[in-house]
Amino acid sequence: MISKRMYPWLDERLGLSGIYKTVLDRMVPKVNWWFTLGSATLFLFALQVVTGIMLSAYYVPSPDKAYDSIQYIMNGVAFGWLIRGIHHWGATLMVITVFLHMLRVFFYAAYKYPREITWTTGVFLLLATLGMGFTGYLLPWDQKAYWATTVGTSIAGTVPGIGEFILRALRGGSDLSGVTLARFFSAHIWMFPAIIIALIGVHIYLVIRIGISSVPKEND
Amino acid sequence: MARSPNLSRRGFIMSVMTFAGSIMGIVVGLPVIGFLISPALNVTKSDAWVPVGKLDSYPVGVPTPFSFTRTKVNGWEKTVNSISVFVLRDATDKVRVFSSVCTHLGCRVTFHKDSNEFICPCHDAHFNKDGGVVSGPPPRPLDQYESKVENGALLIHVIQS
Ligand code: HEM
Ligand code: FES
Repeated sequence: MISKRMYPWLDERLGLSGIYKTVLDRMVPKVNWWFTLGSATLFLFALQVVTGIMLSAYYVPSPDKAYDSIQYIMNGVAFGWLIRGIHHWGATLMVITVFLHMLRVFFYAAYKYPREITWTTGVFLLLATLGMGFTGYLLPWDQKAYWATTVGTSIAGTVPGIGEFILRALRGGSDLSGVTLARFFSAHIWMFPAIIIALIGVHIYLVIRIGISSVPKEND
Repeated sequence: MARSPNLSRRGFIMSVMTFAGSIMGIVVGLPVIGFLISPALNVTKSDAWVPVGKLDSYPVGVPTPFSFTRTKVNGWEKTVNSISVFVLRDATDKVRVFSSVCTHLGCRVTFHKDSNEFICPCHDAHFNKDGGVVSGPPPRPLDQYESKVENGALLIHVIQS
């Protein structure tokens, strides 16, 4: 096989086996299935990125076309129902796995020294994931999306003093409009994914550098 | 337990993972490809006889332009295509209808009365009054529409794909 001869050549230059050893062959304590939730979330995020990029080939973020473009994805494009379905259910599942992952870390007290920064990046990852859900929900631009966002942004508007300002910043004006749709789309496909990718980088780096905690024992 | 010299536990897991991974790759990959190329596969043809005015309104011997629009559903929107043709009526009332689409790369030709030629502005193609290539890059004469006359009205057969 070519790879038999290619591999040492590439390895010498790229240090592949070094990466493999640190990333995949690292030592882990004996743990249980709850410890797989972070990886499950990572997998779901990758799935969301792939299916989201696919959807963006047909989706149009404009008030007069958003709804029609999604109807076209569902009825006119081969496997459109599948790609959108995966993105839809993947989004819901991802929120669930992020939450369960956080609960596992909390109940095993895995946020303590020296893992405080891993926990902090995790908190922001949770918020950013919720941000993805909130901004993505408006994109179909149907009744449910419209009113959900009306309500959601109104809730932000109840903050004392600066509420009015937050509301206008979220909506891009005092009403829900095409401006809102455009900025939610931008947040959904650029801002939040960029934040999430950067945070995942730090998060995983720390997991590998520090190693994962073991299941607490009776005297811990 | 006897050790198999052929298949280690690690080797077995590797093959199973490779196999399962390939299956997953195909199951996900094929729909993704289908999804992306889908509009290229859905070809819908439509055809119609479109009226382009009274035959008598066209002068004899001079290619005369006529434009109209056709709407077509493209994905999530209606696209309005404007189609323009040149009608050439001869002394015996025989009619030829040329498409204004240059047969080179699709720009629109115009008829120039001074030189009696169709000229394409994009790469300077010249076609004579009968649609034949005089000079320039086009590989074939101007395309023609099938036409017929009913009660004095001229109709052309427009096929859209
Ligand atoms: C880079 C990553 C992503 C891209 C490029 C992307 C892109 C898109 C696009 C174009 C849509 C509109 C189509 C539709 O509504 O079906 C959409 C919808 C949506 N997205 Fe994403 N997305 C990404 C990641 C995520 C993540 C991580 C989540 C959640 C946790 C998420 C949650 C949603 C939700 C809830 C919808 C509405 C789905 C619906 O009701 O149909 N997305 N996304
Ligand atoms: S497109 Fe008409 S000459 Fe090239």
